[in-house]
Amino acid sequence: MLEIKGVKFQYDKGKPFDIPDFQLNAGDQLLILGKSGSGKTTILNILGGLLKPLAGEVRLGDTLINQLSGAKLDKFRGKHIGIVFQKPHILSPLTVEENLKLANFFSGINGDRNLELLQELGIADKRKAKVNTLSEGEAQRVSIARALANKPDLILADEPTASLDDQNAEIVVKLLQEQARKHHAALIIVTHDQRVKDHVVNQITIGGLS
Amino acid sequence: MNMLKLSWKYLIAKPLNTGLNILLLALGLSIITVLILIQDQFENKMSKDAEGIDLVVGAKGSPLQLILSSVYHIDFPTGNIDMEEAQSLSRNRLVKNIIPLGMGDNYQGYRIIGTNHDYLQLYNAEIEDGEIWKKPFEVVLGEEVARKLELKVGDNFIGSHGIGSSSHEHDEHPYLVTGVLNRMNNVLDKLVLTSIESVWYSHDEGHDHDKFTADVSTTGFPPTEEDREVTSLLVQYRNPMAAVQLPRYINSRSSMQAASPSFEISRLFELLGVGVKLIQGLAYAIIFIAGLGIFIALFNSLKERKYDLAVMRTLGASSLQLFMHIVLEGIILTLLGALVGITIGHVFLAVLVAQNEQGAISGLSAAVFLQEEMWIIVYAVAVGFVASLIPAYSAYRTDIAKQLTRS
Repeated sequence: MLEIKGVKFQYDKGKPFDIPDFQLNAGDQLLILGKSGSGKTTILNILGGLLKPLAGEVRLGDTLINQLSGAKLDKFRGKHIGIVFQKPHILSPLTVEENLKLANFFSGINGDRNLELLQELGIADKRKAKVNTLSEGEAQRVSIARALANKPDLILADEPTASLDDQNAEIVVKLLQEQARKHHAALIIVTHDQRVKDHVVNQITIGGLS
Repeated sequence: MNMLKLSWKYLIAKPLNTGLNILLLALGLSIITVLILIQDQFENKMSKDAEGIDLVVGAKGSPLQLILSSVYHIDFPTGNIDMEEAQSLSRNRLVKNIIPLGMGDNYQGYRIIGTNHDYLQLYNAEIEDGEIWKKPFEVVLGEEVARKLELKVGDNFIGSHGIGSSSHEHDEHPYLVTGVLNRMNNVLDKLVLTSIESVWYSHDEGHDHDKFTADVSTTGFPPTEEDREVTSLLVQYRNPMAAVQLPRYINSRSSMQAASPSFEISRLFELLGVGVKLIQGLAYAIIFIAGLGIFIALFNSLKERKYDLAVMRTLGASSLQLFMHIVLEGIILTLLGALVGITIGHVFLAVLVAQNEQGAISGLSAAVFLQEEMWIIVYAVAVGFVASLIPAYSAYRTDIAKQLTRS
């Protein structure tokens, strides 16, 4: 379902680097490991259509993401790709529930699953709360809920556990895996966090040894 | 969730900032609203009061003063004119009708005007209660005079000398109220109307029983053998030619002066215009600063919000939607500012009118809504749009990948 072929990228001044080819099916999970500065986040940005690769193909389903641009790319990303960041980045003027509804609005998807999602992630009772009343772990769960609100085919998680303690880190990883499996979405976690390693079998390492 | 609600949520997340911007804009727009309301109604009222009066003739002096005193009854008269000379004017073929006015007395600050029945016809005045004066010292009251002084048909009162209040009283000649006018919404509401004879006799020494019981004249000049004076004359032209010839004739060939109400009033507005322009300029300056405030607020908040905007893009928002998001914030701010401003303007005028019951603006109403006020809203929204353009463009250009990897 997700296919990466011959992708190259180069920042303005840096030397070009290749991204290893790989394929994922619906429900597959992949861990991309690497030191900070090794280009892990760049891979994620290319997969999410936030950056355009120099060469190569990124195919999600029947769509070549690297050939989309403008509003089409934005809508495609909103509908098919859910992104979880290192920091939760909940929009602070909105409540938890409104953050999910906003994702629905931008992608034109109905939000009938929002409440169920919040319940599964154990934050349904906080749905009317503003982000500044949430704990770090809760906030990260909200951001997972928001990434899943549009039933994406691909979930990208960029260092989702970096700012969490051991207990919360484990919960978050488990929740991500559980939700991805449940919704038949492919899950890619990019991290340098050793605590995540044991949870995902399918791993690639980039930028040398980590 | 929609774009409007999203922008609104971001605005109310900063209530102080938002409130300040709305208030500043509202202040500027309320000044404009008051100016528009006063200007419109004042001009309306002024032209309504002068309707049907082509020329005012009186003693030499300031023409504007003559108009203000004889048409609007707000300034002091320029003096009196000899009635014989005035009467000779009525024989001029360019004159259709002349209404003589005799002034000089007041009752509790309301002017007592000696005239004839033509003056009431000029304004199509109708008697609400009682009848028009027939004998000397019979008066008809304007609606406001009767209401404020609680006078009714059959009441007596004693006039005072002078046209302001507090001066010696003509205690030997009490006036009798024979009629009260309907509310006219013009200058008549504030006048005490009587015959020219009443004004003359109240200033005479002694008491002539025959004169005091004779009927007064109802049109033209009262017949008299004595040497009498009137204050001014309201002249109606017979034809358009008169507008060219008559004022010149009067000003050069007689000891009187002629003044045109429409000309003097436009001159007055020209004089007042300087003040109005100044206030207007101040209002526009405030609106400009408000626009600048909105621009700065949006621009500053954008710095903190770049991340939020990038997150919105990852959720499927297009660049154009982010542009709209910021523009909408500017427009909501200014739209609210306009509505608050118009409200403040009306409330302010209502307070102003309530505090100046006898002044020149007392006839104004705060409950009037003009079409120009719609333009205020359009104007305000335009300010909001312009002020938010640069921040919105910056939001439009947000580089998502760079923003998201920065922290």
